[in-house]
Amino acid sequence: MGIEDIIQELPYSKPFLFVDKILEIDDDHIKGSYTFLKNEYFYEGHFKDNPITPGVILTECMAQIGMACFGIYLLKGEWDKADFGVAMTSSDVNFYHPVYPEEKVTVIATKEYFRFNKLKCKVTMYNSEDVLVAKGIVAGVAFKK
Amino acid sequence: MTKEELLSKLKTIITPYVQNEEGLTTLTENTDFIKDLEINSANLVDVVLDVEDEFDIEIDNESMEKMLTVKASIAVIEDKLASK
Repeated sequence: MGIEDIIQELPYSKPFLFVDKILEIDDDHIKGSYTFLKNEYFYEGHFKDNPITPGVILTECMAQIGMACFGIYLLKGEWDKADFGVAMTSSDVNFYHPVYPEEKVTVIATKEYFRFNKLKCKVTMYNSEDVLVAKGIVAGVAFKK
Repeated sequence: MTKEELLSKLKTIITPYVQNEEGLTTLTENTDFIKDLEINSANLVDVVLDVEDEFDIEIDNESMEKMLTVKASIAVIEDKLASK
């Protein structure tokens, strides 16, 4: 499956798709990016008159790139959007730096293991100045619906 | 390895993933990992991987799917150890 095909296969859509590009991918790691729009729906309330990307959304962005995109790649031909669902099963993330509207973030995930359709990765997120934004471990599963 | 030793090793492996600690104090062969210990089903994969490391065995998909109780897990481990 080609890099562009993977994004097409994702089970998300706007306003909850947080992947623009996959920059690198192989059996051990993935690197992808997303630029937060000026008017993402959550900026309206997080925070009042002071838009900052919520940590749960940063975690979601890391999971969409580091779990969903990477997992679809690792499942090779087995993945079929109609047959499979995905779920995040754990996350342990620390945050280091705020992300504001219109900022681009880059996510790198390295595989700890992929067994029995469960993927566990170390994930890191950097902003466009290469400053560490978030770092942790996320895990998720792909399952037959 | 006696059954007691095996059970003790298995208990050590599952402990970090147990959410219902009361279930751990009353652990028996019939204890169900998900129902009685509230182990998240994705953590069953971690249990299986830790079992592989601890006993130096390889667990296939079919065996993994059986490992939902203490009893079934011990049966799988004994089987894999015997065929090593």
